[in-house]
Amino acid sequence: MAETKNMILNMGPQHPSTHGVLRLILELDGETVVKLTPEIGYLHRGVEKLGENLTYHQFIPLTDREDYIASLSNNLAYCMTVEKLLGLEIPPRAMVARVLLTELQRIASHLIWLGTFGLDIGAMSLFFYCMRERETILDIFEACAGARLTINYFDIGGLRKDLPVGFEKQVRDFIAIFPERMKNDYERIFQDNKIVRIRTEGVGIISKEDAIDLGLSGPLLRSCGVPWDVRKSNPYCGYENYEFDIPTGKTGDVFDRYLVRMEEMRQSLKLVQQALDRLPGGAFLADDPKICLPPKQKVMTEMESLIHHFKIVSEGFEPPVAEVYHSIETPRGELGFYIVSDGSNKPYRLRFRPPSFVNLESLAKMAEGKLIGDLIAIIGALDPVMGEVDR
Amino acid sequence: MSEIVVQKIKERFPDSFLDSYSFRDENTVIIKKEDLVAVCRYLKSDPELSFDFLSDLCGVDYMGRETRFEVVYHLFSISKRHRIRLKAMVGEGEKISSVTGIWSTSDWHEREAFDMYGIIFEGHPNLTRILMPENWDGHPLRKDYPLKGR
Repeated sequence: MAETKNMILNMGPQHPSTHGVLRLILELDGETVVKLTPEIGYLHRGVEKLGENLTYHQFIPLTDREDYIASLSNNLAYCMTVEKLLGLEIPPRAMVARVLLTELQRIASHLIWLGTFGLDIGAMSLFFYCMRERETILDIFEACAGARLTINYFDIGGLRKDLPVGFEKQVRDFIAIFPERMKNDYERIFQDNKIVRIRTEGVGIISKEDAIDLGLSGPLLRSCGVPWDVRKSNPYCGYENYEFDIPTGKTGDVFDRYLVRMEEMRQSLKLVQQALDRLPGGAFLADDPKICLPPKQKVMTEMESLIHHFKIVSEGFEPPVAEVYHSIETPRGELGFYIVSDGSNKPYRLRFRPPSFVNLESLAKMAEGKLIGDLIAIIGALDPVMGEVDR
Repeated sequence: MSEIVVQKIKERFPDSFLDSYSFRDENTVIIKKEDLVAVCRYLKSDPELSFDFLSDLCGVDYMGRETRFEVVYHLFSISKRHRIRLKAMVGEGEKISSVTGIWSTSDWHEREAFDMYGIIFEGHPNLTRILMPENWDGHPLRKDYPLKGR
C-alpha cells in the first residue's frame, strides 16, 4: 500500500465561515482534523498602546471598535472601570438606561450570531429574519446616539445625551413583536429542522472542567452547565434588583449553545421590559464639572461651563494613583478592563480582557479529532469577533 | 471576603509575601516570583479559596524601576465568587514560571505578554509571538517603544 501523509490546509484568513480574519492551519487526515492551530493578529491595531497615549475620554470611541457587534457593552465596561477608579456616582436614570440598552444590544448581538450561524450550516432564510429584528434595535440606537454600529453612547458619568423623544414607544413596539417573532420565525424554521439537529447535536462537546480550565465564559461556559454570569455573581448597574434567570445547558454541545443563547434573548427582553417600567426621570449624567462634559447650552452661555468644557476636552481629568479591574457580562462572556493610573490624565496601562480571545483558545480542544464539516459549526457556535481578539 | 484570602496567603507563605493593599474593595497581593507556582497551586487547590478561573493575565512595564516588569494575575473563583489580584515582579531578561500547568487558559495570555513585553515564561509549551508577526523586532507595549515613527 502506498504511504499516506496528512494534508495541511489553510482555512482563512478570508474564509467566509471564520467570521472575520481568523486563519486556521489544519492538519487533516482525510476529513478528520488532526491538529488545529489558530493564527490571529491580522486585525491588530495596538489599541492598548493607543490607550496609554489618549486621555480617558478620548479612548471611549476606540472601545466601540473592539467587539463591534456589541459596542455598547464595551462602552459600558470601559466607562464603569473609569468610574470605579474615580469613585463616581451615576444618576439612577443613566443606570437603568444602561441596563436597558445593553440588554437590547445583547439581543442584537445574539441575532447576528443566530443569523450567521444559520448561514454557516446552510440555513439561509433565518438570516433575513434575524437581520429584520436587529434592524429595529439598531433604529432605537440610531435615535439615541445617531450611530448604528459604533454607538458610543455611554460616557464617563452616565450617558452622552438624554434618551430621545419617543424612545419608550419604540422599545415597547419591539417588546410587543419580538417573542412572537422568536417563536414563529426563528424556532419554527430552525430548531426542529432535522439537518440542523444532525449538524449541531453532539458536536463540539467540551466538559465543565475543561471549560473552566480554558477560561471560557458567557454562553459557552453556561452551555456546559456552569451557571456563572457576572450579572449575578458580581452585580453592576443594579442588576441585583432585576428578575432574570441564567439559562444553562447540559451536554455542552453546539445545540446547547444555541438553546442557551435563545433563552438569553428571552431573559434580556424581560430585563428590557423591567428597565423600561422603572425608568426614572432626572439627570442622565453625573454632576461633576471636572469629569463630565457640561451641556452644550451652558457652554454657549456660561463662562464657567466653557472653561470646564475646554479643560476636559484639552487636558482631561486626573484620577488617583491606583489600579482597578472591572468586568461585565457581554454577549460573549466576561469582558474586563484593567486600568493602572499614575495620576496623570492618561492611563499608565490599559488592559482589555476580551472574551472572544479566551474563548477562541479552546477551539483546538473542541475540534481536534472531529470532522472538518463539524469545525464550521463549532466556529459558528463560538461566535468570535476578531476585532476584540486582535485588538 | 478577599481579606481572608490575603490573610491566608500571608500565613501560608510568609517568606514569599511581599506586600498587599486594597482599593475599592479590590485586594492586591505582591509575591516573590520564585514561589509563584506554589502560591497559585495553593490558591487553586485550597477548598476555601478554590480560585479555579484565571480571568486575566497581563504584563505591565514600569520603566525606571529596579525590576522593570510586573505580571498581573486576575483570579476568580466560580464557586466562591471572590476575586484577587496577584502580582509578581520580573526584571528585564529574567524568567518567570509559566502557570499553564495550573490554568490552561494562561497559554495565550502568556504568549501575548511575551509578544508585547518580552517577558519570558519558563515552562511554557509554545512561547511564540501571537498578535505580532513572527519576525517582528521589538516589543510594542514597552514604554520605550515609540507610538509612531519607527
